Amino acid sequence: MPPPRSAFGASPPVGRPQRPGKAGSAASAWGRLPLALPFVLCALSAWAADDTGRTPKPVIERATAGNTCVADAATMRREHMNLLKHQRDDTVRGGIRGAKFSLKECIDCHASPRTGSVAKADTNFCVSCHSYAAVKIDCFECHTARSRAVAQGVAK
Amino acid sequence: MAAAAIGGAMLAPGIQLIEIARAAAPAGTTSAGANPQVRWGMLIDTTKCAAGCTDCVTACNAENGLDPQPSPTSAQWLRKIEIKEIKTGRAASVPVMCQHCAEPPCVDVCPTGASFKRADGIVLVDRHACIGCRYCVMACPYKARSFVHEELTAQQPDVPRGKGCVEGCTLCVHRLDKGEKTTACAEACTKAGHGAIVFGDLNDPTSEIARRVREIQTTQLRADLRLDPGVRYHGL
Repeated sequence: MPPPRSAFGASPPVGRPQRPGKAGSAASAWGRLPLALPFVLCALSAWAADDTGRTPKPVIERATAGNTCVADAATMRREHMNLLKHQRDDTVRGGIRGAKFSLKECIDCHASPRTGSVAKADTNFCVSCHSYAAVKIDCFECHTARSRAVAQGVAK
Repeated sequence: MAAAAIGGAMLAPGIQLIEIARAAAPAGTTSAGANPQVRWGMLIDTTKCAAGCTDCVTACNAENGLDPQPSPTSAQWLRKIEIKEIKTGRAASVPVMCQHCAEPPCVDVCPTGASFKRADGIVLVDRHACIGCRYCVMACPYKARSFVHEELTAQQPDVPRGKGCVEGCTLCVHRLDKGEKTTACAEACTKAGHGAIVFGDLNDPTSEIARRVREIQTTQLRADLRLDPGVRYHGL
């Protein structure tokens, strides 16, 4: 990922602001152009590589366990909230557990190996995307963000 | 007309709505959900409950991720009460928790429908709908509900809990849904050698709890309120 850049990205290729009424200033600005050119090119190439504009893209950590998600990535990215919400009422009210879409299972696979959590550090799976998309969801005020292995190890 | 009344939700001979609903459970589920044929209940034999023993409370706290060192404002799902008959001096030690009433007043007063009774008789709070108004805390004659005042960090994966919601004993519903047959408190009491808590299905005549309540005298707390609690006490 490129380092964070200023809010205005590449600056236009101009020298110092010209003061009116000074004949030699325009010529000196043109004279400095070869010096400024490498910086301008660097800035432009960084702009092209980072086509999202000025917000850094989220770092999506790879899942640690298992090879395949319960659905393909595009579906999960778009629909995970609906899938989870649909199933939570079945679980809480009807006692139907172990169905395909389970927050616990999400966390078990996607918890970061470093923090053991999906929400502890800014780069952890859930938080990295939610902060990018400006989603403030409070799942983890009640549900633990740690994988079962980590959470039960800590509790004991 | 009479046949329809007897059949209830019977659609055709031998087929009831509930069977269709259970067959339509999402694919890959390991549990079919709360069984309406079951009434989970508890028998607490106060003649066996040892004064000063808090193993059930400790086990409940550990199982559900409650504060192991409770402060006066911590949530409390199960508490031990020492009672004494003043005239005779007879003392008893009684664990009290949500009584899982058949007619739960907490459900009646809940403005959002967050308090509810499952098909198998367990009274729960749906925290997704709880707004923390605490009407249920007021309505419960057993003081069985607690409010979570502060942010929590040490939740168990099976027991989500959080600030701003009311909560109470769940009869270890996460265990029952997995197919386990006992609660953390009953297990701890048996392990400690007291055997004062018997958990089971009151509707199953062959279960130990059904046999015991058939054989010995038991009391429901505040039976005068006619809430029909699922928790019964012996020796009060």
